[in-house]
Amino acid sequence: MNWNTLKHDRRTLWAGYAAIGIVLAVLPFLVGAGLGNAWLRILNFAMLYIMLALGLNIVVGFAGLLDLGYIAFYAVGAYLYALLASPHFGLHWPVWAILPLGAVVAGGAGALLGAPTLRLRGDYLAIVTLGFGEIIRIFMNNLNAPINITNGPQGISSIDPFHIGNVTLAKPLVVAGITVPSLHAYYYLFLGLALVIIFVTIRLEDSRIGRAWVAIREDEIAAKACGINVRNIKLLAFAMGATFGGVAGGLFASFQGFVSPESFGLMESVMVLCMVVLGGMGHIPGVILGGILLTILPEAFRHAAVPLQQAVFGKVVVDPESLRMLLFGLALIVVMLYRPAGLWPSATRKRELQGGSK
Amino acid sequence: MSERPLLLEARDVAKHFGGVKALRGVSLTIRQGEIYGLIGPNGAGKTTFFNCLTGLYVPNGGSIVFDGAELDTSAPHKVAARGIARTFQNIRLFANMTALENVMVGRHQRTRAGVFGAIFRTPATKAEEAAIQRRAEELLHYVGIADRAQDLAKHLSYGDQRRLEIARALATEPRLLALDEPAAGMNASETGELRTLIEGIRKDGITVLLIEHDVKLVMGLCDRVAVLDYGEKICEDVPAVVQKDPRVITAYLGAEAQPAGSEVAHG
Repeated sequence: MNWNTLKHDRRTLWAGYAAIGIVLAVLPFLVGAGLGNAWLRILNFAMLYIMLALGLNIVVGFAGLLDLGYIAFYAVGAYLYALLASPHFGLHWPVWAILPLGAVVAGGAGALLGAPTLRLRGDYLAIVTLGFGEIIRIFMNNLNAPINITNGPQGISSIDPFHIGNVTLAKPLVVAGITVPSLHAYYYLFLGLALVIIFVTIRLEDSRIGRAWVAIREDEIAAKACGINVRNIKLLAFAMGATFGGVAGGLFASFQGFVSPESFGLMESVMVLCMVVLGGMGHIPGVILGGILLTILPEAFRHAAVPLQQAVFGKVVVDPESLRMLLFGLALIVVMLYRPAGLWPSATRKRELQGGSK
Repeated sequence: MSERPLLLEARDVAKHFGGVKALRGVSLTIRQGEIYGLIGPNGAGKTTFFNCLTGLYVPNGGSIVFDGAELDTSAPHKVAARGIARTFQNIRLFANMTALENVMVGRHQRTRAGVFGAIFRTPATKAEEAAIQRRAEELLHYVGIADRAQDLAKHLSYGDQRRLEIARALATEPRLLALDEPAAGMNASETGELRTLIEGIRKDGITVLLIEHDVKLVMGLCDRVAVLDYGEKICEDVPAVVQKDPRVITAYLGAEAQPAGSEVAHG
């Protein structure tokens, strides 16, 4: 597709946006009616994962810092929401205070955990960030004694649903005569915030800061010699990425109503990283695609595995969960072999690979 | 020549790598508006001096006064802020960015937009972005590769990559431009064009510090030349005098041939 010619034709462009907008607006009703609420939940999670993938994309895709502990910031956002809006401490802060606070605290945590890793890169950075991610999870797991802060492995339950004043998303909303069920309302909320994050990412990429990130990824020494304060710009990447994670975490807590350390394991970090890498590192549409595919495909497979096996063999031969991981691994290998720059790489990356094969 | 004011004065700059004394107290002075050559056999310490000057290495001793004030070489970006820009012996471009973007990165230090400005694209940020792009285009034109602006840096020819690196360095608004073997690997006509470019840069008021192996280029271009050997300055004078200095001749002809790669480690 040639974006330049498309851009010239403004009417086509706006018609395209309008079409996408309409599809996104009616999607929850179509999915809810056609596939049921389970799928609507999956759709909501896809939105959360898009936010996470875009956050990690700033660190990994733009600045080129391989971070294997990214999910820690999701955990920070989620726990912050859980602690400040649940019966656990008896606090019920309003959402408009918690979510920005979650973003700021997660961003601070990002900078804090990023600071000791500034001199590391590649494998070493990956190992240290992996350690930090696990440390945060283990903290959540063990901070129930001597003072019970996180309630340990039991997690925190009965978290307040997303609500502003008397309007809560836990019950169906009636907007202009249309009844919007809770899941649908969360969908619109997540969609809105995902769009905000997409917008912020696009703006950042095409800016002085975004160029500095990519410059560090491309050649750190040259970036220094060009006058970039590499320390600050790296910390900014960690902090910005973590901010998105913190927001997504807060939304996750309000949506689930329950958080426990289990949700923030290494596997989650790896999943988000896979979304970024498979989709197309550093390319925003690719990362979004990665987030959607890697949320929906495994679930689709989970739903299909049992009926399919019963239809073919008359019984369940392989446990769908292990089969899922097997196929997931296979898919990763195939994509990396045949589309090494990701499913939807940026035009530049594509050019680069073609240039490399000459 | 000597009536020109001092721009840079290095005093006893020393750098050791374990037991290897790469720089044994090098002192030299660069005057405003001159093209100053730094030559010497492989491993003499030329690039080490560059790295100490531009903050990539922390010197073990000595000090550098630049433009009348002590130069803080603790971080490269502080050096760049003072007005010293450099290129690298083994070209270091942002390979997967376009030529234009490479030069735009060079404007980083001289521009201010932060996260807030980037997200909300305030009028000030917009104006700044436009100015960055305009300046980058001018510089690409200046070094003669305006037609390659939208090509990835890695797809440029070798000579164009050298030019792009110079354009990027110029984007930081340096008072001193330090070029590390800019003519390495160039043929005679490319070297000639490079020479014209460097002379033009000097004419525009930027002092040039040049490490170069191409003796003809150095002798023809430089106002003064310093010769390093085993980490020591053995001679500093106008090219005609340096060329005849017996110590220089011994350093060059007496030194055994070393692989070019050794300079990366020790130089």
